[in-house]
Amino acid sequence: MYSRAYKWIVSAPPILWVGIFLLLPYALMFAHSFWVVRDGMIAHEWNLQNYAKLFQNPVYLEVLFRTMRIAAAVTLLSLLLGYPLAYYMSFHANMRKDLLYQLVIVPLWVSYLVRGYAWKTILGSEGVLNGFLQYIHVTKEPVSFFLYSPFAVVLMLTHIYTPFVFLPLYASLEHIPRNLVEASQDLGAGSRATFFRVILPLSLPGLLAGATFAFVLTLGDFLAPLLVGGPSSIMIANIVQSLFGTAYDWPLGAAISVCILLLTISLLFLTERLEKRWSFR
Amino acid sequence: MTLPGSSQPQAAAIAGSGDALLAVRNVAKSFGAREVLRHISLEISSGEFLTLLGESGSGKTTLLRLIAGFEQPSTGEIWMSGERLDILPPYKRRVNTVFQNYALFPHLTVQENVGYGLQVSGVAKAEIPGRVTNALDMVKMREFAASRPAKLSGGQQQRVALARALVNRPKLLLLDEPLSALDANLRKQMQSELKSLQRELGITFLFVTHDQDEAMALSDRIALLKDGALEQIASPREIYAHPATSYTAEFIGQTNLLRAEIRNGVAACGSLRWSASQPAGAVLFSLRPEALHLAPDGPFPSDAIRFRAVVRQQIFSGSSEHLELELAGQVLRARIPARGALAGEQEFWFSPADAVAVQE
Repeated sequence: MYSRAYKWIVSAPPILWVGIFLLLPYALMFAHSFWVVRDGMIAHEWNLQNYAKLFQNPVYLEVLFRTMRIAAAVTLLSLLLGYPLAYYMSFHANMRKDLLYQLVIVPLWVSYLVRGYAWKTILGSEGVLNGFLQYIHVTKEPVSFFLYSPFAVVLMLTHIYTPFVFLPLYASLEHIPRNLVEASQDLGAGSRATFFRVILPLSLPGLLAGATFAFVLTLGDFLAPLLVGGPSSIMIANIVQSLFGTAYDWPLGAAISVCILLLTISLLFLTERLEKRWSFR
Repeated sequence: MTLPGSSQPQAAAIAGSGDALLAVRNVAKSFGAREVLRHISLEISSGEFLTLLGESGSGKTTLLRLIAGFEQPSTGEIWMSGERLDILPPYKRRVNTVFQNYALFPHLTVQENVGYGLQVSGVAKAEIPGRVTNALDMVKMREFAASRPAKLSGGQQQRVALARALVNRPKLLLLDEPLSALDANLRKQMQSELKSLQRELGITFLFVTHDQDEAMALSDRIALLKDGALEQIASPREIYAHPATSYTAEFIGQTNLLRAEIRNGVAACGSLRWSASQPAGAVLFSLRPEALHLAPDGPFPSDAIRFRAVVRQQIFSGSSEHLELELAGQVLRARIPARGALAGEQEFWFSPADAVAVQE
């Protein structure tokens, strides 16, 4: 058995860390969301004015819904890209497994900003894509909507978050005992039936974990809209950023953050429950 | 037997000969440079219980997987009821497998597991519940129909795996060491249940095991594999009484291997001499421990080969005594009915008919 002192010494750092860097900031944010700005100063008067503003001014809800639409699109596209890749690697890649795995991982070592700027040079009007399209005479003039559009944001975030979707998916596919696949074939199921009746259901926990990553990370992203988004693809985190920055309306920013936080927490809670229900090991 | 470049009709005629349900013809399998099966040919009759017996690495599981369709033979053919089997994908073969670790689908209930094969092969929906219930009754697992596999014990999972395979009414059931994960008592019980199920249903069983007692207890015939080659295929009694090779003799039961020199119809091994019909030269004989008898109170049988030996060790095992005998530097193992402690030099005998010539 460990002594009381030992337990205290071991558990103190994480508790302090979580307290100072997580709980305290959240508490401050929570408190701010009930205060107001008066004459350029934050007045500590408790009220629900900020939350009321959120629902009165249609801009906030509109941006929030747009953010969720973008997050859903990114999630869906990442799954569409990540699942076949993970499936192929887990079931058919054989010798090339390790190499392919590294190829998926390597982009994660490259800075987010670098990858963002890479998309700028690809999608811009003088960019690689437009140059190519003009070269093969598909278009005569540069297409302008490639860059600075929700399309660009979705594209860039899909590129960045696909590995996050891939990793848990691949792990869950790797954990499916191969004799279950054999058993399915043995019982008369072709590869289609085997996929939909055995492999897909057993990979649901990984699929859910990956989808949650992509959705939640996109929900809080503000760099992609800044780099490649333009005004039509402002996301909720951009609004929070400007409220805490130039607009100097911390209380309203805090209120929005609390909403996003609640949204995220309930999402995580839900997916956790589902993951538990769908895992059978 | 070889069928070099045999045309299909010829091969079909051969495959269709007799009442063989399954014919394995000259099948070999290599994984890279490693040769796992070397030119195996064997036939399984309808309704037979055939056991593939061998040590780990003997190729028995590979042969099973070739028949199930999980692997392709490198050369050779497999036929079932006059049809080429090895060119079909596993899901088109009327063969079902009971896997070593059961391989039950963890996300499905017991009844969904058992109904899986019926569902995917398009059996009429109305027919499925009845057949599933029947199959579960057969293995006495009806009360667990709604449970998930994780809630079941090993023995129960074993039964479900059996029901899941049998419900499809396969022509041939493949069993890959299905009892190896069970404890000894359960194993004995499952053995007798398996045997009676097989008799009742009349389904052909191909059973893989490394346990020679299990093979002896269950099988109509045993195919003994060694290093990917077929060592001998015969009924348990035949293979025990007439092992073809020294490996078979030692793998199935215990034996004494006697290296004898034959001259003028007499085999000589150390101080022992007995009449033998083999041509002159060196011959290896297998003499089972129970073929050695203690000298009788009355007269010896007429053909008895008598010898005196020192009892070096005696182990009592209830109904019998296991003896280690020494005569002129030679050690023999004997098993005689329990008869109290023996000491010093005793007289023993055996019948020359029990000394079976075996290949090295």
